[in-house]
Amino acid sequence: MNRTHDLCWMIGGPQGTGVDSSATLFARSCAVAGYWVYGRREYHSNIKGEHSYFQVRVKTEPVYSHTDPVNLLATFENSTAQLHAFEIVDDGAFIYDPKVTDPAKLDLKPGVLLFPIPFDQILEEIAQATGKTQTSLSIIKNTIAVAASMALCQLDISAIEEALNGIFTGSKAKLVSLNMQAATKAYEIMKNNPDTAKFNYVMEKPATVPAKGSRYLLNAAVATGLAKLKAGCRLQTYYSITPAVDECIYLEDLSEYGLPVVQCEDEIAAINMAIGGGTTGVRASTSTSGPGMDLMTEGLGWAGINEVPVVMFNYMRGGPSTGLPTRHEQTDMLACLFSGHGEYPKIVMCPGDAREQFYDTFKAFNYADRYQTPVTFISDKLLANNTVCFPKFDDSNMKVDLGVMAGKDAKFDENNIEAALQKFPRFKITEDGISPRALPGMPGHIYWMTGDEHCEYGHITEEPEIRIPMQEKRMKKLDLAAREILPEDQLVVHGPENAPITIVSWGSTKGVILDTIKVLKEKHNLDVNFIQIRLLSPFPVDAFKKAMANVKRAVVVESSFGGQITQLITMRTGIQIEHEVLKWSGRPISETELVAAIQEINEKQSRKVVLSYGL
Amino acid sequence: MVSSPTPLKTPLKGSQLKSDIHSEWCPGCGDFGITNSIQQAIAGLGMKPWETFIVSGVGCSGKVPHYIHTYGMHTLHGRSLAFAQGAKLANPNLHIIAAGGDGDGYGIGAGHFVHAGRRNMDMTYVVFNNEVYGLTKGQASPTLAQGAQPKSLALPNPTTAINPVTLALACGYTFIARSYAFDAKHLKETIMKAIQHKGMALIDVLQPCPTYNNIHTKDYFAEMVDVGGSQVPRVYYLENEGYDGVVKNPNDINEVNAKQAQCFEQAHKVEDRVALGVYYQIERPTFQDILKKNIPLLNEFTPVELPYYDPQTMIANTDLSKAAADFTI
Ligand SMILES: Cc1ncc(C[n+]2csc(CCOP(=O)(O)OP(=O)(O)O)c2C)c(N)n1
Ligand code: SF4
Repeated sequence: MNRTHDLCWMIGGPQGTGVDSSATLFARSCAVAGYWVYGRREYHSNIKGEHSYFQVRVKTEPVYSHTDPVNLLATFENSTAQLHAFEIVDDGAFIYDPKVTDPAKLDLKPGVLLFPIPFDQILEEIAQATGKTQTSLSIIKNTIAVAASMALCQLDISAIEEALNGIFTGSKAKLVSLNMQAATKAYEIMKNNPDTAKFNYVMEKPATVPAKGSRYLLNAAVATGLAKLKAGCRLQTYYSITPAVDECIYLEDLSEYGLPVVQCEDEIAAINMAIGGGTTGVRASTSTSGPGMDLMTEGLGWAGINEVPVVMFNYMRGGPSTGLPTRHEQTDMLACLFSGHGEYPKIVMCPGDAREQFYDTFKAFNYADRYQTPVTFISDKLLANNTVCFPKFDDSNMKVDLGVMAGKDAKFDENNIEAALQKFPRFKITEDGISPRALPGMPGHIYWMTGDEHCEYGHITEEPEIRIPMQEKRMKKLDLAAREILPEDQLVVHGPENAPITIVSWGSTKGVILDTIKVLKEKHNLDVNFIQIRLLSPFPVDAFKKAMANVKRAVVVESSFGGQITQLITMRTGIQIEHEVLKWSGRPISETELVAAIQEINEKQSRKVVLSYGL
Repeated sequence: MVSSPTPLKTPLKGSQLKSDIHSEWCPGCGDFGITNSIQQAIAGLGMKPWETFIVSGVGCSGKVPHYIHTYGMHTLHGRSLAFAQGAKLANPNLHIIAAGGDGDGYGIGAGHFVHAGRRNMDMTYVVFNNEVYGLTKGQASPTLAQGAQPKSLALPNPTTAINPVTLALACGYTFIARSYAFDAKHLKETIMKAIQHKGMALIDVLQPCPTYNNIHTKDYFAEMVDVGGSQVPRVYYLENEGYDGVVKNPNDINEVNAKQAQCFEQAHKVEDRVALGVYYQIERPTFQDILKKNIPLLNEFTPVELPYYDPQTMIANTDLSKAAADFTI
């Protein structure tokens, strides 16, 4: 028996059988026990029946990606066994229901340890003890699979109880004891199995167990939901689309915070309603995914020319069209940057993980208000659906920036109606491009808005002498944003200086890249660093050129066919990056794959490495 | 605190509600009359121009906010109701009047038209119904009859027309009226009623377009027609004919059914005459009413007022700990 500090666990099954809850329970139990976890969720665009699976990677130190072969596969039905058995490493283990699965018929590596669990027998015993029917208890199979896995890795069963207490709260609290009865039985069965001692992936205790209550286990959809509440978002609109809908539903459920979440008739209504909210001074946002974003672009242009703050979140998934609706891809970047006809100042942000997504969401509302322009926020299915463990976010000192406001204290004097009827140059031409803002409802500040080019008061004009400075004023806001947005919010260089290889990427590949850099150093003594682009528009041209100045070999990593960031970099800086690691199977890049790809580029100077692992 | 807007002690004159922008409409266009009546209605109700927000789409009629001295928003083709609802949701104290063309509202904006009715947002929607797309040079709008051929069409219109009154009825509008651009008194009064109505109000306004619609012209509306051997004005008023569209008891299902049937029948009557008036009106909970039930905080604050930061330090002060408890380890 060896000890490990890094374990990859998988559970699978038909959608609707509780794969998600098992994984949540396993991840939470491991986290409660002091480990760091990363959970990857894969599901079909289907409600019930199709195969879904969840991988949970457990480590004694923070972890942000999955690995390819799994150490331990748990299942209580046969399709997972057939699909994923080959993925178990040769000294791994397989937990299964002998009633439905015959391991002899599977593509298992010879050294894999087999652990049959009598799922039905356990359920029957509980049914008898509680007077419930066995079918009504079938969801508890998840807990059985989790408890058996925990026993095998020699994790304490008390962690399961604590995790169950965290999951089943309020009226559901009574489910804890039912689940614990099943967990205890499964745990005992595993402990008593002589093969358990042969399992090579017994989790090493973490050197320091993080203090209770000091960490979050969440995905970026939830992180954004929280940040929206913190930022004072007061109108959230949406039209249902995977994976953006998760965030909207999460927010709808938190009605005590006072945020109206409006399900609209379509994405066109969603963006325009949010913009309508933005014109009256509430912080407004909408969340969507590729196809919805296409529909929103006309509205974004209107917000651009009318200088209305609004934030549009695009959770990317596989495209084009409805593409791979529940799978991961990073291919809306260029569409986000070039969407909408005409020219207007776009701020486009791209966080790399759930933690960044929390802070960036808050900042997105500040940028929208400060620069009075729409902000496009690019996230994706991986970030929205994958759970990750982070130290608690510090939200104690987050500052709201409302930009330049005029007329806040404007009062109406019944005897001075003329003053109250004053017009206001809402679109005043200014040096830095920012015009002070007033809001409908304020006396003495009446103005108009139109999607046409307009004068300072907002009335239509086609005069070149107004058009020229007005367009210039709006576009200047990008220069201002480039100067004001903190350098670390634009571009970050991770890892050692003077590395022979530099990875260049953006968005959700951050996690796997950071993990890969560590492995390459520890196991292969190869120094690799990483230029993470965090702001796509305005593009950090100078910072990028500076970061590239001493780069020996640059490699773009992206979940796409076309290498969109490679194209953008060339367009903005003239720099051509030669090497690319690309994946467009709809599955995220694993640490295992990326380690191999970077080694290949280092050794063979391959120009392009295409990845494809995963079901 | 949620306050409700109070009227001006000294109401404005309609002329004070004219903006200093010169109108670009063709001479004789019905849009002038409608704009004038909107101004008269705002003045008549003592509404504060700075608490009034006119929201339009795109088209000749889409330009209407520019000519009225209130806050104004000239949005995208077909999208006025989406923008307007967002503004109302954010600041329910604003009086919102959405205004725009029939192509805008019943064509490209038809989806929003349907769902604004379902929500029963508290606002007024004035549709300038000229049966053509004015700004793009006279193509058929969704209200042009099948077979009709105004001078701007190369061929007779191949599609049937929608009926705005019954469409609105089907969608859940709680105030549905029809008026006429050059009947200043009736139009002003109808707009006033619509603004005072608590819920989603539609006024379908018949609007001559002298440039492209040579069928339903100002003269057409002014003509006398023969009814049972006697000559009567083409335009008549429902209220004068004993028609009462107002539901007195919204909980009385029989009354509601009867008033809806009456509205449907009246709106589909095949006659030479044109009936103006309130076709249907009912009190139902508005979107805001329901929102306040679901989100109790909104009884204390409107969304735009609901605090989230310390005004001295600008530090965001919403306490997330309750929401975060679920995933704190
Ligand atoms: C998305 C989009 N498609 C088409 C147009 C072109 N367009 C401008 S006005 C208009 C029709 C307006 O007709 P209507 O709403 O009846 O108003 P009217 O001009 O008759 O007052 C169209 C199609 C546009 N502005 N936007
Ligand atoms: S084209 Fe018709 S609707 Fe447009 S301004 Fe001229 S008359 Fe009015």
